[in-house]
Amino acid sequence: MIKVLISKPGLDGHDRGAKVIARALRDAGMEVIYTGIRQTPEQIVQTAIDEDVDILGVSILSGAHMKLVPKILELLKEKGSKIPVFVGGIIPEDDAIELKKLGVIEVYGPGTPTSEIIDKIKGYFENANI
Amino acid sequence: MDESIKKSYEAWEKQTESLIKKYPEEGNFKTTWSDEVKRLYTPLDVGDYSQIGFPGEFPYTRGVQNTMYRGKLWTMRQYAGFGTAEESNKRYKYLLEQGQSGLSIAFDLPTQIGYDSDDPHSLGEVGKVGVAIDSLADMEILFDGIPLDKVSTSMTINATASILLAMYIAVGEKQGVKRDKLRGTIQNDILKEYIARGTYIYPPKPSMRIINNIFEFCSKEMPLWNTISVSGYHIREAGANAVQEVAFTIADGIEYVKTAMEAGLDPNVFGKRLSFFFASHNNLLEEVAKFRAARRMWAKIMKERFNVKDPDALKLRFHTQTSGSTLTAQQPENNIIRVTIQALAAVLGGTQSLHTNSMDEALSLPTEDSVRIALRTQQIIAYESGVTKTVDPLGGSYYVEALTDEIEKKAFEYIKHIDEIGGMINAIESGYVQQEISNSAYEYQKAIESKDQIIVGVNEFVIEEKNPRKTLKIDDALEIKQIEKLREMKSKRDNKAVKEKLDNLERSAKTSENLMYPIIDAVKVYATVGEISNTLRKVFGEYKESVIF
Repeated sequence: MIKVLISKPGLDGHDRGAKVIARALRDAGMEVIYTGIRQTPEQIVQTAIDEDVDILGVSILSGAHMKLVPKILELLKEKGSKIPVFVGGIIPEDDAIELKKLGVIEVYGPGTPTSEIIDKIKGYFENANI
Repeated sequence: MDESIKKSYEAWEKQTESLIKKYPEEGNFKTTWSDEVKRLYTPLDVGDYSQIGFPGEFPYTRGVQNTMYRGKLWTMRQYAGFGTAEESNKRYKYLLEQGQSGLSIAFDLPTQIGYDSDDPHSLGEVGKVGVAIDSLADMEILFDGIPLDKVSTSMTINATASILLAMYIAVGEKQGVKRDKLRGTIQNDILKEYIARGTYIYPPKPSMRIINNIFEFCSKEMPLWNTISVSGYHIREAGANAVQEVAFTIADGIEYVKTAMEAGLDPNVFGKRLSFFFASHNNLLEEVAKFRAARRMWAKIMKERFNVKDPDALKLRFHTQTSGSTLTAQQPENNIIRVTIQALAAVLGGTQSLHTNSMDEALSLPTEDSVRIALRTQQIIAYESGVTKTVDPLGGSYYVEALTDEIEKKAFEYIKHIDEIGGMINAIESGYVQQEISNSAYEYQKAIESKDQIIVGVNEFVIEEKNPRKTLKIDDALEIKQIEKLREMKSKRDNKAVKEKLDNLERSAKTSENLMYPIIDAVKVYATVGEISNTLRKVFGEYKESVIF
């Protein structure tokens, strides 16, 4: 079973998307942990490692993504973790390109069907197993 | 008469049924809260006229004023603020020049949650979703050249409302405007922060004590100030349906009236300083009915539950904002149409003030051009559409009246349940309200994915879009600049006085004294939002949400 951590870094309280995704992934048969709002990058990375998750989802709508996502990636690297990271929220296109360059596997904007995210995650692990 | 209508109606239905065999109906015929919508509404669906009544009269279904927009248009109030105080000050002056009639201040998240810009929690958030205010020094710049006796100012501030209100008072004094002349609103609705918006600091009990202190202070010193805006907006945007929005907002309102009465305030007086804030979504007629139902419910609650006699204290006055969550990142120009429908619903529902969203808000902060179109949308409704010419133009529509009754009935069922489980604070602490909203949000998402709910440009009528649009970006250098400004201010101020005032605040917090006075003393010597909040954190502790999805 794929184990996912859905996280909300920073001070942003817009958690509708994070909760809907968490629930959709759970209904798709994954084991899902949701951190709740207002987590520091340090807390998120620690939880991801402690819980030994397969993949980490990061939701930000406040505009702080270019500070907080790189910080999470950096901390994961420091700890020698290879947990893949995907991002959702209000992320302008050029920022999304930049985040993908830094190693984020996918960036999802408003209007993305949950089925697309589910397929992507499942596909990612199927390919990884080959 | 009912009998003859009933007969004709039955005959009509029979005839229609036979037609449907040849030409079947297709589509989704449900309300957004999943009730069946009838094919046709007739006088048979409308109840007693006393429930509809007259504008300006109990139960205020048709509006809180006798003449509504014939007497005065709604206040066009665009929520704005970003970056530094200097930049926001420029945007406010621009909006006032464009014909906006009041200010609405957006603060950044650190300011809302009581952290200074140099706090590690503030990383990446400074000046992003609103203006960064660390101390009175920033607030002086924010309102530079804007006479506080001439504008009314609405501040979206909750957990730190007492601090920002204290700063506003201090700026007023420096301009020579006494606090009893200041006009405006603080949102100050902490309960919905636990439910939906997330900018809480302390646990519910001390939070309600601070609100209580603000109510008491303003009742004595700031007669023109609206001390709370009970907000359904964020509850709705978090996924609640229209019935839940009304029910949970009014249940919060009941809690605040109880609190005010505990502070010794007379609900006949306090009721006049209370305002509400709702969302407006795409389903035009449901939304109109929602506003009408909310008004009627509140009047009944104030009258029957709290024994209010003064008619002005029975009136639900509200601000509306069009719905951010309905805006699409795909084909963003379509959002102008969505905003128009939503704004029209608010006006047909009798709103007192309105914010229209900008078309590019699903992509980033709005650009100046898109903000102007949003304001123009209101002006076109006001001056060209003709809907302002008569009061409550949809009153008497069989469907709208039936929907109004339905929303009222269903929302009262929720309120009854909340009463049974011990009131709204218990309902929030147990996670009941959050779970209800989360369920609705998930159902809605599923409806979109199954195409039960069509979203134009998202799950239907999709096109390939290439050129990324021009978006407004906040320069990251701003955070560094704001931190430098803060450090410089701290090196110049009288730090001994700051310590003294903060110690005094801490002492007061441990007693039952009104905290507004020591907070005003502290802001005047340039104690920061973070320092004041941290002082109270020491005494009150911090709230930890129960994670529900």
